[in-house]
Amino acid sequence: MSPRDWLVGTVVSATQQTPNAKSIVLDVPGWHGSTAGQHVDVRLTAPDGYTAVRAYSLASTGPGQQVELAVDLIDDGEVSPYLVEELRAGDQLEFRGPLGRWFVWKPEQTAPVQLIAGGSGVVPLLAMIRAHTAAGSSVPMRLLYSVRSPSDRFFADELVAASGVDLTLVYTREVPDGWPMAPGRVTKELIASTTTPATANPAVFVCGPTGFVEAVASALVDLGHDPVSIKTERFGGS
Amino acid sequence: MAIFSRGFTGRPREAQPDLPPGQFLTEDFPVLSAGPTPTIAEADWSFTIKTELGATHSWSWDELQALPFEDVHTDIHCVTRWSKLATNWRGVSMDTLFADVESSYDYVMVHSTGGYTTNLPLEDILDGQAWITTEFDGEPLEPDHGGPARMIVPHLYFWKSAKWVRGITMQRSDAPGFWEQNGYHTYGNPWREERYS
Ligand SMILES: Cc1cc2nc3c(=O)[nH]c(=O)nc-3n(C[C@H](O)[C@H](O)[C@H](O)COP(=O)(O)OP(=O)(O)OC[C@H]3O[C@@H](n4cnc5c(N)ncnc54)[C@H](O)[C@@H]3O)c2cc1C
Repeated sequence: MSPRDWLVGTVVSATQQTPNAKSIVLDVPGWHGSTAGQHVDVRLTAPDGYTAVRAYSLASTGPGQQVELAVDLIDDGEVSPYLVEELRAGDQLEFRGPLGRWFVWKPEQTAPVQLIAGGSGVVPLLAMIRAHTAAGSSVPMRLLYSVRSPSDRFFADELVAASGVDLTLVYTREVPDGWPMAPGRVTKELIASTTTPATANPAVFVCGPTGFVEAVASALVDLGHDPVSIKTERFGGS
Repeated sequence: MAIFSRGFTGRPREAQPDLPPGQFLTEDFPVLSAGPTPTIAEADWSFTIKTELGATHSWSWDELQALPFEDVHTDIHCVTRWSKLATNWRGVSMDTLFADVESSYDYVMVHSTGGYTTNLPLEDILDGQAWITTEFDGEPLEPDHGGPARMIVPHLYFWKSAKWVRGITMQRSDAPGFWEQNGYHTYGNPWREERYS
């Protein structure tokens, strides 16, 4: 089996993550596992044979026959509304992978890790957190996670419970009751005060909507991070 | 055998033009890059072709501007599945830049700011198939799309169209570049769906 072959998974569960997003667990006989940060191509086929393919990051990592995706619904989208609203347990889903060998983190990497996510961009970074936990890694790992409102957090309970990662949440539209800060975007100042500084030479992973990634990556370069230490994954949109 | 997706109909597709397999049309211009977008001043930009004999052929920004520019109307196809039809670019043909280059090697490695590289057969960038472009849709090329100068090789998947291009090194064999070492196909023909290695 190569990453180029199409596989068929059976949906084990589809769980609401936010009002707009679901995580989908698939059972995939013959799956060889994946490295944290990788993605798959998902293919939908209509009755007339028409197909639509989109990339989705793997929230799951390591060996095992189950894979987990998490999909945010894009309003006028073709594929994401199907995955979030239509797909249910027992359905079959075609995909191939794991794909990508650049935007990945492996437990043998020793540099401190700074993860920065916007919205659904947390999916491949959660895989890195899970890999870090599974390996019992002592490498410092931090996550700066930007979401619109408290209900828009993906994997909220798991992220809060993850002991190996130092979590900072940023709310752009609406904050929880009693939150010390007003809602606002991730700025250079906020990055400077809540992330691992360039002087510690962290490996930085930035993932989310294209505009978010552009803004964060430029701010990181301004703050002195070496561009080659910043790996980015742009999910699309503006 | 394809598995049909229960309940999936897809977008209306009466007027689908002839796209490479697995591609869909977009009006946007998505961005695929592996790292931050570099800011490169035109005054600091140059482009250099190096051969196996040690010869170098270099152009500064102003020297490039003095060469004949061509209007390029072309479809582009990204490995992440979007295609854009009839895009408009302005640039200098690789044929112009290679006019005085002598080499017995058949392959090239294209280098970009930030250390990114991509490999190509020389024959794929000559004969009106590749350009160093500095304008998109009548405007200076934006940094996130590879500005100030991007090579375009529209008949291959668009990662081969190196952003922030700085130079070309002739190579004897088709050694893989950055993208190709990280999972993408060594050649990248969209009509044969050569996406991944
Ligand atoms: C490597 C990679 C990994 C990805 N991983 C995930 C993931 O884990 N979870 C996830 O939910 N998505 C992920 N995406 C995005 C996903 O591939 C689709 O682009 C997204 O689901 C929209 O597809 P669609 O068919 O619903 O919309 P389309 O029909 O493709 O697009 C409809 C409209 O929405 C816009 N649009 C497309 N993508 C976005 C976006 N991300 N944000 C805002 N607007 C957008 C388009 O420009 C278009 O105008 C990933 C993308 C890449 C490249």
